[in-house]
Formats: sequence, C-alpha cells, structure tokens
Amino acid sequence: MSEELHDVRLMVNGATHELRVPARRLLSDALRHDLRLTGTHVGCEHGVCGACTVLVDGAPMRSCLMFAVSAEGAEVTTVEGLANPDGSLGPVQQAFAECHGLQCGFCTPGFLTTITAGLRENPTPTHEEAREMVAGNLCRCTGYQNIVKAVERAAELGS
Amino acid sequence: MTTKLMGQAVQRVEDQRFLRGLGRYVDDVAVEQDVLHAAVLRSPHAHARILDIDVSEVLDVEGVHAVYTYDDLASCTPQMAEPLPLLIPHPSLTHGRTQHALAKDEVNYVGEAIAFVVADDRYVAEDAVGRIRVDYELLPPVVGVEAARAAAVLVHDDVPGNVAARMEQSVGDAPAAIAAAPHRLALDLTVERSACMPMEGRGTVARWDPDLNRLQVWTSTQSSTGVRAAVAVKMGLDLGQVDVITPDVGGGFGVKINHPWPEELLVPMAARALGRTVKFTEDRREHFISSAHERGQVQHIEVGFDDDGRLHGLDVEFWHDHGAFIPYGLIVPIITSTQLLGPYKPQSYRVRFESLYTNTVMVTPYRGAGRPQGCYAMERTMDAIADYLGKDRAEVRAVNFIQPDEFPFDQGLVFQDGRELEYDSGDYPAMLEKTKALVGWDEFPAFRAEMAAEGRQVGIGLACYVEGTGVGPYEGAHVHIETNGKVKVATGLTTQGQGHATVFAQLVADELGCSFEDVEVVTGDTRRMPYAVGTFASRAAVMSGSAIHLAAKRAKEKVLRIAAEALEADEKDLQIVDGVVSVKGSPGTSIDLGTVSVLSNPLRYAFDEKSKAATQFSIGDPGKPPVAEDDEPGLEGKDFYSPERATFASGMHAVIVETDPETAEITILKYAVVHDCGHLINPMIVEGQIHGGVAQGVGGALYERMAYDESGQLLNASFMDFLMPYVTEVPDGIDIDHLETPSPLNPLGIKGAGEAGVIPSAAVFAAAVEDAERGRLPDFTIRAMPISPSELFHLRESQGQEQTS
Amino acid sequence: MKPAPFVYRRPGSLAEAVAALAGEPNAKVLAGGQSLVPLLSMRLAAPAMLVDINAIPGLDTITVEDGGASGVRVGALARHAAVLASDDVRRVQPLVTQALAHVAHATIRNRGTTVGSLVHADAAAEMPVVLTLLGGSLEVEGPAGRRTIPASELYLGPLESSLAPDEIAVSAFFPGLATGAGVAFQEIARRHGDYALVGAAALVEGESVKVGYLSVSDVPTVVDLSGVDDADLGEAALAQLEPMDDIHATAAYRAQLVRVITTRVVRSAREGM
Ligand SMILES: Cc1cc2nc3c(=O)[nH]c(=O)nc-3n(C[C@H](O)[C@H](O)[C@H](O)COP(=O)(O)OP(=O)(O)OC[C@H]3O[C@@H](n4cnc5c(N)ncnc54)[C@H](O)[C@@H]3O)c2cc1C
Ligand code: FES
Ligand code: FES
Repeated sequence: MSEELHDVRLMVNGATHELRVPARRLLSDALRHDLRLTGTHVGCEHGVCGACTVLVDGAPMRSCLMFAVSAEGAEVTTVEGLANPDGSLGPVQQAFAECHGLQCGFCTPGFLTTITAGLRENPTPTHEEAREMVAGNLCRCTGYQNIVKAVERAAELGS
Repeated sequence: MTTKLMGQAVQRVEDQRFLRGLGRYVDDVAVEQDVLHAAVLRSPHAHARILDIDVSEVLDVEGVHAVYTYDDLASCTPQMAEPLPLLIPHPSLTHGRTQHALAKDEVNYVGEAIAFVVADDRYVAEDAVGRIRVDYELLPPVVGVEAARAAAVLVHDDVPGNVAARMEQSVGDAPAAIAAAPHRLALDLTVERSACMPMEGRGTVARWDPDLNRLQVWTSTQSSTGVRAAVAVKMGLDLGQVDVITPDVGGGFGVKINHPWPEELLVPMAARALGRTVKFTEDRREHFISSAHERGQVQHIEVGFDDDGRLHGLDVEFWHDHGAFIPYGLIVPIITSTQLLGPYKPQSYRVRFESLYTNTVMVTPYRGAGRPQGCYAMERTMDAIADYLGKDRAEVRAVNFIQPDEFPFDQGLVFQDGRELEYDSGDYPAMLEKTKALVGWDEFPAFRAEMAAEGRQVGIGLACYVEGTGVGPYEGAHVHIETNGKVKVATGLTTQGQGHATVFAQLVADELGCSFEDVEVVTGDTRRMPYAVGTFASRAAVMSGSAIHLAAKRAKEKVLRIAAEALEADEKDLQIVDGVVSVKGSPGTSIDLGTVSVLSNPLRYAFDEKSKAATQFSIGDPGKPPVAEDDEPGLEGKDFYSPERATFASGMHAVIVETDPETAEITILKYAVVHDCGHLINPMIVEGQIHGGVAQGVGGALYERMAYDESGQLLNASFMDFLMPYVTEVPDGIDIDHLETPSPLNPLGIKGAGEAGVIPSAAVFAAAVEDAERGRLPDFTIRAMPISPSELFHLRESQGQEQTS
Repeated sequence: MKPAPFVYRRPGSLAEAVAALAGEPNAKVLAGGQSLVPLLSMRLAAPAMLVDINAIPGLDTITVEDGGASGVRVGALARHAAVLASDDVRRVQPLVTQALAHVAHATIRNRGTTVGSLVHADAAAEMPVVLTLLGGSLEVEGPAGRRTIPASELYLGPLESSLAPDEIAVSAFFPGLATGAGVAFQEIARRHGDYALVGAAALVEGESVKVGYLSVSDVPTVVDLSGVDDADLGEAALAQLEPMDDIHATAAYRAQLVRVITTRVVRSAREGM
C-alpha cells in the first residue's frame, strides 16, 4: 500500500517550488532534502532547540513542527535567503561574523532567522530585549555571550 | 614587514559559508533523491537476552531495501561479526568489553543497536523498524555505582564484580603521611552523569564506487584517520581503498572521538552490499540513548594537613561508572586520577580507582574528560580544609601551589598518554591574584553584608585547575603553494567549530609571508593528509598548529632557495611580504610566490602563460638534471610534530551566586575566569572557547543530568527534560583575564584551550552555593553535584534539622 | 523521529472538518501542531487521519463581547502570539496576557494556538488553569451541533479533556475582569520558557480569593482561599492539593513552591486591584 502524495507549492526565498510529498513530510525535511536548501538544520525534531527555525510569512517558526503540506501557499524564508541582493552578508549575518557569534555553525541558521524577524519588530532592543530575542534557541558552543553582542551589533548596523 | 597575525583577533574565514547556510554537515552531503536512509532498532531494555528476532514483516514494507541483524554481519566479513575494537588497551584494563555492531544474544543498555534497516527514506525506515519483533528474556539491570559495586547482578557474566579495571598510582606513602599529619579530614563525594550533547548528532554517509573499487565515507567524527583504519579492517579493505572525509561538524565535545560507532561500519557495509549511497543521521532521542555520556563518579578522599592547610598526604579512592562497554579504555578515570592534583603539591599521594560496568549508555570523554571530577575532588577538599582551619579559602590554596621557579615540575605519576606527569610552565600565585582582583574576592564580605541587609543571601566560590593539553603521539601538516600563489594547507585532525581554518591560516601567513586571504585550510580529509590522530584533549592548536608551523617553515625554505637562485641573491637577504619575495632594501628585485611555484616544477608541457615559463627549455641549467638529486618538484612543505609530553595549561574560576531563601533557586551574579594557555593565536577564538565551556559548566553544575530509573530507562531523553542552558541560564557577561606563560615544548609556545572553560564548574558552583547557604546554616555542605533547586531545598531541610537538633 | 503515515485532510470549512472527523474514529485535529507534531515524530501518537483546520476561514478572530463587560472570545486559530499582543485581551482580561507571556518561547507562540493548548489539557500548561480559574468555557462543534463546555467540566485527567473525538473546539471564552477585581500570574520554571515546576494564577474579588495551580496536580486545580489569613495562604492551599513528584522536583519541594508562590501571587493580585 503506497502512501498518498500531495502536491504542494512552496514559496521559498522568493522562488516557487512544486513538490509531491507524503503528508507526513516535515517542512524541515522538505526544505533540506527535497529543495536541497540544507542551511536549515535539525537539532532535535521536537521544537526545543530552534536550529530549524525559518520565517513563515515573516514570523519565525519551527520547521520541524510543521508539515510541508501545511505550508502550502506560505512565503518561507530560510538562512539562504538572508544575504543582501548583491550577495553580501545581511546585517545580522555581518554582525555574527564581527562578533564571533558562531563556532560550529549548526545552531546559527535558527538564530539568524529568529533575530532577523526580532529586529524587524524591535529595531532598537535594550540589552535585556536582545537576550530575550534569542532566549528560545539552544547553542552548545558559544555560551551565547557573543550571540547577544551580535544582536546588539546587528541593531547598530540597521537590519 | 606585515604585522604578525599571531595574537590577533582575526575574523573567521569559515563564517562566510556558515552564515549563508552553505556549511556542509554530514546530513547535507548526498541530498540527492536516490540516497538510501538507515534507521536502527534499539533495545528498549537495559539488560535482556535476545531469544528471537523476527524481521519477516519488514521486507514487505514498500521502500525497504535491506534489514540486517547480528547474524547477517559475517556475510560482510568475519571480523564484522567480532566485537568493536577496544581502542585504548591498558595493562590495568583486565576485563575490557565492547559491543558488537549489532547486538549478539544479549543487550546491555537501553539504546543498544539490534537491527539496521535501509530504506528509501528515513520515514519508511522507521516504519520498518517498528515492525521488527524481538523476543526478550529480561535480566535484572545494574544501574549506578552502588549497584555495580554490590555486584549482586553482573552486567557481563564473565566480568566478576562488574570491575573492568583497578588501578593504583602513588608518590610517597600517603596513608602514613596522613596518619602523621597534624589534622585529618575525610570526604565522600559524588558527581552525576551529563553528556556532550552537540547540536548535531552523529551521522555517516558511505558510497561504494565499483569503478574505482573504493569506499568513500563521510562521517561526523573527531578522528577521520581512526574511522578510516577501523572501516578498512572491518570491511576487509586495504587502507588505500578507503577515504574518510569529515565534513563540517556541528559540535563534538568528545563524543565523536569514540569510533567506530556501529553505524560507521553498518553504513559502509550496506552501501557496498546494495551498491547505493547510504546515509544514517542520528536523531536526538538516539543521541541520548546510543551515543555516550560522562562524569558519573563516587569518590572517597582522605587528607592530612598542617595548621597552614599545607597538604601532607592525599589518599583518593574513586569508582567510575563507565556504562555497559568500555571502548575508549581508561582515559577518563586516568585523567581524573592524575589531573586531580591541579596546581598543588600534595607531598604524598595515592590514588586508586575501579572502573565499573553498569547497564547504561557507555562513557567516553566529554570536554574536560575526567578533569572536572578531579578538580571537584581536589577543590572540595581545599574548601573543607579551609573551613576546618577557619582560614580564607584562597590562602589555603596558595600555600599548596607549585611555585613559578619549580618548573618543570614532575608530579611523579604517569599521565593518560603513558608519559610522565611533568608540568612545563605556569604561574599559579600570579593567577590567583588576578582571579581575586577580577571577581572582587577581598571586597566580597562587604558585598555579602550589604546583600544580607536586604534579606538576600550570596556566596562566592573559587576553583583552580591544571590541564594537560596537546598530548601526542603526533599530528602532521602539508603546505602546498600553487602556481597562482594560493596556499593550500592540510592537516589530518578534524574541526568542530574551533575555527581551525582561521587560526591555522594565521600561522601559515605569519611563517610564509603570504597574505592570509590566500591560505585555505582543509582538516579531517584522509585524501589530503592520511597521517593524523584526532581532535581531543585540547590538542589541535598545539599539535596541528605546531605541525603547520613547521610545514610552512619547510615550504618557506624551499621558496627562499628557489627565489635566491632566480633573483641571484643570497637567501639571507630575502624577505617575503604579502606573497612577494624580494631582496631587502631593493624592493624592485622581487618574485611572487606563484612564480616561485612555477619554477619549482620543471614542465614538459605548457598549458598557459605561467606554465610556458616553466618548461624545460626556459628554466634551469642545461648542464644539471631538471630536478636536483636531493630535491623534489613542486613547492610543498610537509612536517610532523610529536612532542615529548603534554603541555600544561591552567586556570582559575570564581563565581558569585545568589540563592533564594524560599524557592532555593540559584542565580549567577558574576563569573570570572583567569586562563593561561600560553601564547594566544587568536584571543577572540580562545575567549569563545571559554564562553562555551563556562556555559556547559553551568549546565553540568546546575541543570543537566542523566536521570536513569532503577530499571535502566533514561527518563529525560529529550531537550524538554535534559536541561541544557539557554541564554537565560548563563551569566550575562563572563569576565576573562589571560596570563601567558609560554610552553617551552613547542615552537609557538602555545597550550591547549578547548576544554578549560568546563573543568572547574562543579567545584566552583558547589563552593559558591555552599558559601551562600552558610549565611543561615553555618555547617552547610555540598557533597553531590549537580545541584538543582529541589535538591538544595532538601539539603537545607536535612542539614537544617541536623544543625538545630 | 519521523511521524508514522496518516491521511491528511485540509478542509476549507468547519462543516467539512466536522464531517471528516466523523468519518474516521482515529482522527485528530491539527491546529498549530506545537504539541501534536512532537508526539507524532516520537511516535507516541499515530492517528490514522489528521484534519488540518488551518485553512478554515474565520477561526483566527479575537472578539470582545459586550464591550468587554462579559469577556473576550478567542478563535481556534488565534495564535498565542496574536492573543498575547492583543490590546483588547489585555484590557478585558489581563490575566490571559500575563499567563501567555509564560507559554513557551516566542517562536512557538507564533504557531501554537491558545485554544489548542486548552484542548491539549496539559496540567503543566498555563492556559487551562487560567480558563478554569476565570470560569471560562470552550465552544465546540460536532456532528450533533454546537455546545459549550464550561471549564469546570473540561479537564478529566492528564492530557484528557471532555471533548468528544469528533468535536472541534471553535473558540474559547475568557470572562472579563470585573471592576475592583485583581489578577496575577506567577510561575517558577527550571529554565526560562520551560513548563513550570509550579505556577499559579490568582483572582481576587472583594473577599473572594481563588488561586489556580499548574504542574502541581495532574489536572489544572483551583483552590478557594477566601477568608484565609495572608500568613496562612500557602498551608491552606496545600491542605487542598497533593503535589506530584517528578525528575525535576520532589513533592516536598513542590509543596514549598506552592507555599511561596501562593503568597506572592495573591499579594500581586491585590496590588493590581
Ligand atoms: C518547545 C515547546 C515549549 C512549550 N512550552 C509550553 C509552555 O511552557 N506552556 C504551554 O502551555 N505550552 C507550551 N508548549 C505547547 C504549546 O503551547 C502548544 O502550542 C499548545 O499546547 C497546543 O496548541 P497547538 O495549536 O499547537 O495544538 P496542536 O499541537 O495542533 O494540538 C494539540 C492537541 O489539541 C488538539 N486540538 C488542537 N486544536 C483543536 C481544536 N480546535 N479542536 C479540537 N482539538 C484540537 C489536537 O488534536 C491535539 O491533540 C510548548 C511547545 C513546545 C514545542
Ligand atoms: S529541530 Fe526544530 S526545534 Fe530543534
Ligand atoms: S555554534 Fe555550535 S551550536 Fe551554536
């Protein structure tokens, strides 16, 4: 008995993709394995770590807690879509580079997407707000010190 | 001269890829549709005999390609059915046991691999795993040190007492010295398990190429050469038929140094058998129950000392819970037993340990690798002595320090690498002064009083450690200057976020005089550097850094020799700046590195302008062979670094905490680190390592633990319940100061920095929380870590009753 | 960790959704998925069908009823984030806003729904306690039509609500804050954003003092503390509660937290009056 497949139209980083996937295919897997946008990482698949965070219609969401079929018609932004149109690093990315906000880089895409949306909502966070902005993402390498600095630096760079 | 990059906070080159989402981690390799995916059936029981495995329902599942159990392994090679290697044998390890790639007859921990399914995708593979039926006969499990020692039940029938190893080392006669000392104390301590928990789990991809008759393996490891050798042996291949490539690795912290994991053999086995690329990506739940843990120990300490707190004798006995198998040998307990001594002279010392089997996930090194437990034992002892004598805790430490003029200082023990435990350099008194200043040690009593006036209770703790880093046997490096002037560097050990591509490029640019941007570093690819050991024990900068420095030096010697000839100058008069060799004082007379590379390789065929200049007709002396007898074509340098022994980094941490009198919540108010890793290559990266270590230390001391129940089930195998710190749980700001006592053992004067941040955490938090509680309960003591608010509450209750009764 | 296969339906109307649910006894509603998807991925749940309600128009509304005099109604697709950000909700019933700030992290709140949380019936979750304390209700639709389930009849056991398997919750109704009344919410969690070790919501109206607790028992529990001296609040609450044991906190420690938090939350509610 083969599994029913669904046609899904995903708009990712401005491009439209047509997919045929089983209903159970997680959005994270569809992005990584079907669209080969492997910048979105998977660290827990139960919603806690935040490595898989992408923007869905501009708001950060866990792609491991969504099915690709449920994202039909939504605008998805992944880390691959955060650079400037000319290919240079976007402000949050630039701030991470300057502040040494990453080590192994595995958690980084989730932080970048989360902060991008966070600064859109609050472009001039206080120190406390900068910490709060990244409080739902786990990083095992950096001890977060430089990630918080990067949020503040990105705000300065004006995202 | 261009400014030296050594010591500069150079921005990381690897970040450009990572920040764009262009990192290549193992699950990002081979994302094409026809790759097959594996899933593993794991034991749900901690201890059971396998009576029968029925896979008949599995092969009907559409999309399943193969299912393997133990009985299928021998069809690959006979050695595939043998137990996995015991990587580090030791004379004391009399009863070493390792698991099979798939369980044979018996399972010994929840999570042990029993069957391996390969299917079109991971979803289908998991469906199939769910249809395998296993009949078990349940056996009673052994959980925890106490049960292991009692040995009422054996983990392995042929290991009496559950003891894999007993080991003892001593200097002088500690029991006699203790008996004769003016004062004596005894302490019983425990530390619970935690785990490395990198954000990326394990993963392996393999492709068998029938045209080339060779195997290509990508794996998320800390030792690609180790995996290569193990895979070759198990698959019955020549080493030369196996390539192991370590792609980007999403954190290791020790767990990926153990190898081969069952899947690192099963994936290649299936890939060859099926003629398809096969991928295994460990999920988070699997990582909890089938990778490795660390830290769990029970310790008994006896100490004798004088009125100043000076140690006369130290006698330590501890029991190390290494889980169901011991593939990584005795490294962790040996490190505990030796590094326990820290910056101190114990006068006489005896240490004995037993490494014990339990029916739990096995234990292999986690960042710090036994040092946190050793530091905890020693520093709790120092605090107990100070408390007993009514002395300042810093003072008691200071009287026991090895003094700066006593280096090299031989502790008289044998270290984990089989070499003598001889400290190369350090300045502990200066470090203590810096630490006290940084945390405000002398001002603390006033702060405590101020807080007490507001009804708040605060405490301060201090802990010191010494860390043997950069152990051998060796690392190597290869430096190749291409004809376009680009410099390609390869070293064999692997990278998990330490910024090797940056720091190694700094070293090469400094030595070679090329521009930093022209250097490209590759790590962990056996095709580029087949001789290597691995990334552990804070050894990458020391070992590969030194090797790269030496290899660059060799390349430079050749550059100068060829350039001197071309420029008709004396080598001694040449300089290399920004990739151009010129005669000092006459900048017009110059040649760039790319052209030197062209000249280094006489050609028969020309294919571009540059190579035209290098054909036999245009270079060299027609009277001599194109390549001199003692020379080789090409502009390369290769060298290895193999030190006599480890180099010893050191550090001190101090923390101020607040404990809530009502809820027993623990808040960190200030965290200070003074650190000595010799010369710094890139201070930004070193500080990043410290930040990360401190955060893991906070986790290990206050949040994380492996909660096993008595049946051997891990109750918190998820990120919901295994409480890794978020930003909100780590200190807001970590004050760091450096001391640089260079190592005399390596050309750069560096020491390792990777693990340091995590070593003193259990010790320093135990001290600070205890100190805070003593405001109300003067005899309050902490003897078990980690500590949660719930446990602190119960300690208050029990010790409060004792102290009022 | 991948879900088992299921049949997926994404109806465009409530009627279709109800029909789909009625046609498959082992079907589940998919709202934000923030609790359901982890259960599916860990294969702790394997429904035969998921009825995704996200395409049903009109369910994401937040409406003030009677100008706020009676309360505020939150639709089944109103995300935690939208409810948290709503000025209407804050004005009409600030306890909802206060408690929502403690629900998970912002990213989870962007997708998870408040009604989904109410139906999920986790005794460690914030919103079920709030609904119970306030005496709110859930409006549900099933094959037999609509009915209103008062909060007092909603929670049967751990992760068990009184919704029938073929019913869909359409909205939740939170009564507004009466003038002169005060509310407060507090919780103590291991990590910021975690489910609480103990949490409490207080409602003080004149002489009446009520406190609802999460993570103390296996269902949201409300205790009437009217007339109890301030000094005795904690013990009085404990007399009516039986705190649980788990790997993060013993029953005795939970009892201590109940003592502490009860006093704090009642004080805070009075200050807000
Ligand atoms: C990392 C993490 C941390 C979290 N922390 C917290 C926390 O601290 N506090 C907290 O309260 N919650 C927490 N949550 C859970 C979160 O609040 C969920 O969003 C919420 O519990 C469920 O809402 P949902 O819309 O996502 O429901 P779903 O996950 O879609 O559904 C949950 C259950 O309710 C049923 N259901 C949902 N909506 C309806 C409906 N309209 N009619 C009938 N049945 C329905 C589903 O069938 C399912 O059984 C956390 C979640 C994650 C992933
Ligand atoms: S992978 Fe989605 S939150 Fe961890
Ligand atoms: S940089 Fe490695 S997990 Fe964050």
